[in-house]
Amino acid sequence: MLKPAAWVLLSLPLAWLALAVLQETQVPGSALGADPGEAVLLFLGQWGIRVLLAALSISTLRRRLGYPPLLRIRRLVGLFAFAYLALHFLFYLWFFTEFDWRLVVEELAERPYITVGFAALLMLLALAVTSTNGWQRRLRRRWRQLHRLMYPACALGVIHFWWLTKDGYGEVALYAAWLALLFADRLLDARAKRKQRSAVDTSVLSRK
Amino acid sequence: MLIQRRPDMPASEVTPEAVFRSRRRFVKELALATGASLAAPAALAKLSYEERASELGEPLTPLDIVTSYNNFYEFGTDKDDPARYAHEMTTDPWAVEVEGEAAKTGQFAYEDVIKGLPQEERIYRFRCVEAWSMVVPWTGIPLKQVLTQFEPTGHAKYVEFTTLHRPSEMRGQRSLFSGIDWPYVEGLRLDEAYHPLALMVTGVYGKPLPNQNGAPWRLMVPWKYGFKSVKSIVKIRFTRRQPRNTWNLLAPQEYGFYANVNPAVDHPRWSQASERRLPGSLFNPNRIPTRPFNGYAEQVAGLYAGMDLTKFY
Repeated sequence: MLKPAAWVLLSLPLAWLALAVLQETQVPGSALGADPGEAVLLFLGQWGIRVLLAALSISTLRRRLGYPPLLRIRRLVGLFAFAYLALHFLFYLWFFTEFDWRLVVEELAERPYITVGFAALLMLLALAVTSTNGWQRRLRRRWRQLHRLMYPACALGVIHFWWLTKDGYGEVALYAAWLALLFADRLLDARAKRKQRSAVDTSVLSRK
Repeated sequence: MLIQRRPDMPASEVTPEAVFRSRRRFVKELALATGASLAAPAALAKLSYEERASELGEPLTPLDIVTSYNNFYEFGTDKDDPARYAHEMTTDPWAVEVEGEAAKTGQFAYEDVIKGLPQEERIYRFRCVEAWSMVVPWTGIPLKQVLTQFEPTGHAKYVEFTTLHRPSEMRGQRSLFSGIDWPYVEGLRLDEAYHPLALMVTGVYGKPLPNQNGAPWRLMVPWKYGFKSVKSIVKIRFTRRQPRNTWNLLAPQEYGFYANVNPAVDHPRWSQASERRLPGSLFNPNRIPTRPFNGYAEQVAGLYAGMDLTKFY
């Protein structure tokens, strides 16, 4: 039940966008306003980062809420985030650079917010490719290490959003605060686990 | 060239068809002429907005877009926030304060300030620093005429304009997440302000200026990025030194004082080499090359002779 529900929820923004685009083909300006390109780019980016942060939240929520089944949708949420962000980038290439590769290289080099956004996307690409059971088996311990790239990817995503904001930092501040909370929770959890382990170690030692 | 003036004329005046046609030919020739003359082609008065737009070869941006796609952060940072919330601003009564290096300073009623001054119509390109642009028919008063009535002294070298600061009616000014130090201020060198293209706008498409566009009056300096064209002005101050301007205070490495449209000087966030002419569609970005001084170089480049425009951006 959890998985189908997640599928539906995560598809809703995409479905809305598809409807809006359809409406635009009938009557230009009717759904996405005077600057539809900008509207689509922003929409995909915004939902991308929201879903990405949702994916990062899952293990924390699972632990805090005491609801282990949540883990079953983590891959799905992560892949959806990648889908939104990949579309965001492809749309940018198409609408804003018209696949002018010289311009793309120039933009990547000269606009720091684009550089960090692209770096985040490359990390997510590696995670999406290796998200299958097969890759998980093949990489073993390495898989866990690799997938820690979620942390820098999320941080770079929020930085990308922060740097491109001219003013009106409300939304991006919310994402940054949520990200900080998740990071803090991970650190606390890791410390607690270390303590536990060392407690176990000493108890083992004392028994000897 | 997108510069047109229309002197006031009774709407009842009828143009015989033959005259109308010859005028259209004249307009076509005018549009093709290299330099746009500032002289008023009276013929334009009789053409509808659509006709004039097609004559110019650069279609007008429709009114509903001009009034629904705005940057007016006093009402929020989304493009549709001003159209949604600007009605909360009271524009009547409207007082204008005049300060600084001028003989006539003090508080004035807006009606008294514009009384007796000529209202003209001008079709201008409007280029935002965010790399989108429009073509808009404004109604307004040549800025020089507005300013000289206050008799600036010989010490006045610059003029500063301030937007209304009224958080109770401007929700963007109440926002906790804005870095802007309200009120919004902008400025011009006095010779820029006196240039015939600089307009104090009071209307758009022949109608009074809507709140979201900066009612009751706002600046229009068509060769500069849009943020120079300060809206809903309540204070005019003549100064000896270069005034501050809001975006420059917020991010000095991104926004300069001069802010002349310049495809050769990139903004750190946006390439300024081209622009999206609105309205665009999803299947056509409508991207066109940006021109130096927004296409008004012939008229205004002289103001900046000898200046390094990459330094004074």
